[in-house]
Amino acid sequence: MSKIDAGAGSQAGAQAAAGAGAAGSQKGARATSRTSAKVIDRIATGVFYVVAAFFILLLASITAYILYKGALAASPELLSFVGDGVGIQLFNTVYLVFLSLLVTMPVGIMTGLFMAEYAGSGFFVAITRTCIEALSSLPSIIVGLFGFLVFIQMTHSKWSLWAGSLSLAIINVPLIARTTEDAMRSVPRSYYDGSIALGASRWQTVTHVLLKASIPRIITGMILAAGRGFGEAAVLLYTSGMSSDVNFHDWNPLSPTSPLNPLRSADTLSVRIWSLKTEGIAANSQQIADLAAAILILLVFVFSLGSRALGRRLQKRMLSGN
Amino acid sequence: METETCVQTSALNLYYSDFQALRSVSLAIPRKHITALIGPSGCGKSSFLKVLNRMTDLIDHCRVEGQVLLADEDIYAAAVDPIMLRKRVGMVFQKPNPFPMSIYDNIAYGPRLHGQKGKHQLDEIVEKSLAAAALWEETKDRLKKSALSLSGGQQQRLSIARALAVEPELLLMDEPTSALDPISTGKIEELVFELKRSYTIIIVTHNMQQAVRISDMTGFFLLGELVEFANTNNMFTAPQDKRTEDYITGRFG
Repeated sequence: MSKIDAGAGSQAGAQAAAGAGAAGSQKGARATSRTSAKVIDRIATGVFYVVAAFFILLLASITAYILYKGALAASPELLSFVGDGVGIQLFNTVYLVFLSLLVTMPVGIMTGLFMAEYAGSGFFVAITRTCIEALSSLPSIIVGLFGFLVFIQMTHSKWSLWAGSLSLAIINVPLIARTTEDAMRSVPRSYYDGSIALGASRWQTVTHVLLKASIPRIITGMILAAGRGFGEAAVLLYTSGMSSDVNFHDWNPLSPTSPLNPLRSADTLSVRIWSLKTEGIAANSQQIADLAAAILILLVFVFSLGSRALGRRLQKRMLSGN
Repeated sequence: METETCVQTSALNLYYSDFQALRSVSLAIPRKHITALIGPSGCGKSSFLKVLNRMTDLIDHCRVEGQVLLADEDIYAAAVDPIMLRKRVGMVFQKPNPFPMSIYDNIAYGPRLHGQKGKHQLDEIVEKSLAAAALWEETKDRLKKSALSLSGGQQQRLSIARALAVEPELLLMDEPTSALDPISTGKIEELVFELKRSYTIIIVTHNMQQAVRISDMTGFFLLGELVEFANTNNMFTAPQDKRTEDYITGRFG
């Protein structure tokens, strides 16, 4: 608008035309960039789908293969709780993981709680945190041999469920400690202040409010820890042993062959698979291993779904009160 | 109008490390009245509240000098247990902060901490506190539902009810409506006005209309200093200090 004396009408017209032109070319540019962005978006989405599909297919085919081989090997005798039946190992696996969690959860939660709320940020704490992290990344065979040395040789005892559980706890305590610490730290500060302002002590606040609010995440940690326990073999080879002498009619925990006796030796599903595949000499050892593998996969599957449902229910109860 | 004093501070100084957040603040809060504290952000009014229930104890490198008398008792005396003090001085925060538990458990939290276990007594306290916070009618059929299922305004009234459940002598409110919509704000203001029959209330607010609407006394803080403390009507119609006048007429802040 340089010409002040130009007619108002023509000026407005020129302005409108210029405006439209500018808008038009701008729209064109935007349209091209939008089209190319759209194309890139489509390509990226496509690539992700292909990659995801590949891995899902891979996982599904491995699972299907294991389940198929297991189904072929299944027989009433192998599914039983006597002789070669893998029912024994199924029970051992669940019981060992249960015993291990009995140790892991309180120790891990207390450690995480201490790290999150009491430890502060000194030199000592930094060292402790590093140690905990190092502990969680130890190779499991090292932990297994350590467990053998400490829980079996040094106590002059034999392979036992208990020694296996404690060794497994060494691997899982750092995981639970870390999960608890993270969960407690992510609880809003306003909960802490609100509780303190009502006259709660620090301990009351930590246990009644912060820990409660952390439960869903701690359960997630527990699922991971249990999963590790189900699949673990190296830790247990030298600690809980490679054989089971067990009588499923005797439920007195003090009796040496009782399934519940924590001091008996016990092979879990994954230990059994390992021993059968490496040194099995019986004619049907391959079949037993196949069946044990299928049952192990089913066990992990059922457990994950179950505890996830439980976690969801707890969370829902906290958030909406149903 | 002669009134009893609930809290009195004299020559109160507060330091965060080297920073002085309160400068020689002396004032007397009248019992069963609403006192509003106004002033620009960072002027020390919220810090002043934290001194009154010793939430300052939780802050590292925080130091309090001077005297704070609650019902003639020095709350910074060595014999005073801050936990017992916080039972007597309740606090409501800027953002509603119900705990992730049921409505009932939220209200019963404080009384349970202080040893109340009887189911019957707890039921009574819960009903009384929710009723006092004008929330009973809305929640009586859903006490077992999570407090987080309530709306923002309801959550703030729940926070107030939770503070009332331990029967404090003094209720501190730190900008309790700043996170709420106008309707919820109106409800909270009505509620606060009702509560002054039985409680002494100190409310920090950024909203000067709010101070005018609900408070009896107003204190104006600026840079850690209590510039003026007066009857609310007097302060907003005839401020004594030039700085107060500038602030309430919107010339800064």
